[in-house]
Amino acid sequence: MIFDPPILALLLTSGITAAVWLAAAGFAVRLLRHWDIRSGSGRQIRLERQTYLVATALKIVMVAQMAALALFVHNADRMAILFTGAMCALGTLNVNEWGMPAFLAQMGMFLAAAIWLLVNRADEMGRDYPHTRAKYALLLAFAPLALAAAALQWLYFLNLDPNVITSCCSKLFTPEGAGVQADLSAMDPRAALALLFGGSGLLAALAAWPRAGRWPRVAAGILAALYFTGAVAAIISAVAPYVYETPNHHCPFCLLKPQYGFIGYLLYLPLFVATALLLGTGLLAALGTPASLRDAQPAFMRRVGCIAAILYVSFAAVALYAIMRSHLILIG
Amino acid sequence: MRRWLGRQLHLVDFTLGALMRRKGRNFMLLTVYTLVIFMLASVMFLGSALRHEAATALKGAPEVTVQNMVMGRHALSPPEWVERLSRIRGARNVHGRLWGYFYDQANGANYTLMVPPPHARDIAVREGETVIGASVARLREVHRTGYLFLLSPAGKLFRLKVARTLPHRSELLSADLVLLSEKDFRTFFNLKPRDGFTDIALAVRNSNEVPTVVNKITRILPGARVITREDVLRTYENVFSWREGIVLAMLAAALVAFAIFAFDKASGLSAEERREIGILKAVGWETSDIIAMKLWEGGIVSAFALVFGVAAAYAHVFLLDAGLLAPVLKGWAVLYPDFSLTPVIDRMQLLTLAFVTVVPFTVATLVPVWKAAITDPDIVMR
Amino acid sequence: MIRLERVTRIHNEGRPNAVTAVDDVSLELPDRRVTVLRGPSGSGKTTLLTLVGCLARPTRGRIWLDDELISALPERFMTEVRRRTFGFIFQRFNLVRGVSALENVMLPAYPAGEPHAALKARAQALLERFHLRDRMHEKAELLSGGEAQRVAIARALINDPAWIIADEPTASLDTSLVERFLAEVRDLAKAGKSIIITSHDPRVWQADVVDRIVTMQDGRIVSVEDVGKAPAAAAGREGSPP
Ligand SMILES: Nc1ncnc2c1ncn2[C@@H]1O[C@H](COP(=O)(O)OP(=O)(O)OP(=O)(O)O)[C@@H](O)[C@H]1O
Ligand SMILES: [Mg+2]
Repeated sequence: MIFDPPILALLLTSGITAAVWLAAAGFAVRLLRHWDIRSGSGRQIRLERQTYLVATALKIVMVAQMAALALFVHNADRMAILFTGAMCALGTLNVNEWGMPAFLAQMGMFLAAAIWLLVNRADEMGRDYPHTRAKYALLLAFAPLALAAAALQWLYFLNLDPNVITSCCSKLFTPEGAGVQADLSAMDPRAALALLFGGSGLLAALAAWPRAGRWPRVAAGILAALYFTGAVAAIISAVAPYVYETPNHHCPFCLLKPQYGFIGYLLYLPLFVATALLLGTGLLAALGTPASLRDAQPAFMRRVGCIAAILYVSFAAVALYAIMRSHLILIG
Repeated sequence: MRRWLGRQLHLVDFTLGALMRRKGRNFMLLTVYTLVIFMLASVMFLGSALRHEAATALKGAPEVTVQNMVMGRHALSPPEWVERLSRIRGARNVHGRLWGYFYDQANGANYTLMVPPPHARDIAVREGETVIGASVARLREVHRTGYLFLLSPAGKLFRLKVARTLPHRSELLSADLVLLSEKDFRTFFNLKPRDGFTDIALAVRNSNEVPTVVNKITRILPGARVITREDVLRTYENVFSWREGIVLAMLAAALVAFAIFAFDKASGLSAEERREIGILKAVGWETSDIIAMKLWEGGIVSAFALVFGVAAAYAHVFLLDAGLLAPVLKGWAVLYPDFSLTPVIDRMQLLTLAFVTVVPFTVATLVPVWKAAITDPDIVMR
Repeated sequence: MIRLERVTRIHNEGRPNAVTAVDDVSLELPDRRVTVLRGPSGSGKTTLLTLVGCLARPTRGRIWLDDELISALPERFMTEVRRRTFGFIFQRFNLVRGVSALENVMLPAYPAGEPHAALKARAQALLERFHLRDRMHEKAELLSGGEAQRVAIARALINDPAWIIADEPTASLDTSLVERFLAEVRDLAKAGKSIIITSHDPRVWQADVVDRIVTMQDGRIVSVEDVGKAPAAAAGREGSPP
């Protein structure tokens, strides 16, 4: 265990998040049993009022999770000096087996909260709250993730041992190695960049397409999820070496370091938010358009889609900028 | 979007007015909140300033230090080691170091006696002279005589002319320092040249080669302990983080108390205030408008508390030398240096601080805020 | 037009202190008319107003505003309807204390997010219309009874509602102020607003601006009289339930 202020802050936040989410899940069970929007009974009015509390709490949690994700990564990067062998956040995450899962769960929590809030937003536009049941079912479905995220983070931080010799990016993200990380960095640069730019272009077009119907939106959601992993692989295989200006350094975390101008945040943030938005609209489209949202929901999805498109374009632009600025030549 | 912004601006506007109208209560809350942030921020600032001091001090330290170990204990390194280590490729500037601790019975303080390294011309000392740290100077009141008197372990009195006092910069590690010439040092501790050195320091040209050099040293001198600067830095980092964490954990109790206080304050809605919310709802405000207004209220109070608390902590730590906390965090027994910490604050500290205060505050007030917001609008008709 | 269909409102339903304040009321409130609700204290007038004005949901029954069923709306949309459609003048005016007359008038429009300057200009114009130009920046609690009343009317009008709802607006006023209030009502009626007033006060229900008087007792409607020159359409259909 390392007693460090940022760690205490992260533990506090994850604990609060899990507690809030659990309480909300308890409420969700009650709501799913008793919700009847046509009724003017005392119970229905109470339920309706409690939805305000839950939605507000989740908004706060999401903002906190977003900041916590940044803090988590930044802190991992800073703590690298504490561990032999660690050069960046990756080394810190690898100090024990909980680090990477904790990080992924933290990302998952952010996506979950974003998707939920998107559905919530659409729901609140309809005069009969058409998505309420789906929305709270979703909340229930995410509850295990919230618990897991908190548990993993506690396990990770409580088991941080400064005497461990960890392995970092120079060992893990090498095309010659074995394992997921090696595979992620082994993509041919030409293919990787084609995937990155082609994919972002395609998704931007799909997201911004104003007449996209139900299934194109669902497809965009699925593609966005796939593209997310593809784009991360492309960053690792091709963009990162351009940024570091060495063909053999593939680390996705060193990009977040100040000496590279925090370019990692500029790359990941739009990609991340755009993915969350398209997942949200995909889910909404899959739920269908209720009568009370005949006009409002498609308009809302168009707006969200446009924002996602802008984010994909800016993601590609940042990647392009990183490559153009570099002195490295990977592709003749 | 413009509507949303307009609405938020109106809400902020109204909230500021409301805060001013309930000055007494909010002032109380702000004071307690500021105090909590002040305490947390002081601990964090001091912790990071100490870390920074240590890192600065170590910057000039050699990359690698080699110590002789006899029966698992630190022993003097034979002089011929310097010769043997000099032959390693990549190792530069190999030199034996002489340093030791000296307990001053008169003051109950521990000094570090040291011979300055040969290449450090700025702190070179001549025979019969000494250069001392600021705390030693203060403790021994050398300004009166200009001399430092030390009673050697063998019972011999030493009279050294104080050439100068070390500057305050990075005082933490140099405060207790007494620099001597090699000859004086050896006479003081009764060491002959062939006894060797306290340890041996060397520099490495390329920091990537440190592990290789360390490997070679352990092969040449299997019994020796090799310490790299990175190791030392890591140890410091650990010690400071740990101490700071302990203090913060104690402050967590204060934080819980504060959260309860905030909850209580937010729950205790006066009849006047409840009526006001009823009026607002009756004339067309929605539950979420009231919640937003109340969150703004909390946000504004938080922002002020953060600014005031951080500013006060900054002044406390960097201008007033952390008078309230130094005994806990520094733990440097008797030799309290007249501390002048270099102000270092990074974004992450501020983010962390905001996290550990604003998140609990907001969550603690959420339920009372919601309870206020669901006030029935028809109470204004009663 | 607002139509109530077998509307019941029970306070504290399911608890021992339950009160049926409005009991199975069916009623039509025509547009562009001045309707007065009268009846003894505790007969349910105020409760009926809260139902009509979307301040509370009926326990049973349905309420339509024009063709929209408003009684089953969730709170969020009920508030939206309330803000768009109704302006309220409360018994004790209920201005927010510590806040200037001007801001009191602006308050109902805040959630709509209109730019501050435009909103302020509208509020000032309204206050000028009620001769309150110099009292605009006075705190609400420092206004005289008559001024407070006019500020309350201005506040009710800021969102340009089709309906004005006033609960015992003259209860604490002397005769000259009652006259003044009735004059304002006349102007509003001329401007095409639909107005509902509850009152114990004969000076109100005997006033010539009143088109229709609805009398309540024990939560039920006992009579509906048309007194104005223009009889409302569909008069006589409502009244006591069948
Ligand atoms: N919030 C409430 N909770 C419980 N009972 C209530 C509530 N509001 C009103 N009542 C009861 O409902 C009945 C009708 O009250 P209401 O205020 O509607 O009558 P009213 O005709 O407006 O009376 P008044 O002329 O005195 O204003 C009364 O018996 C009253 O006590
Ligand atoms: Mg009444």
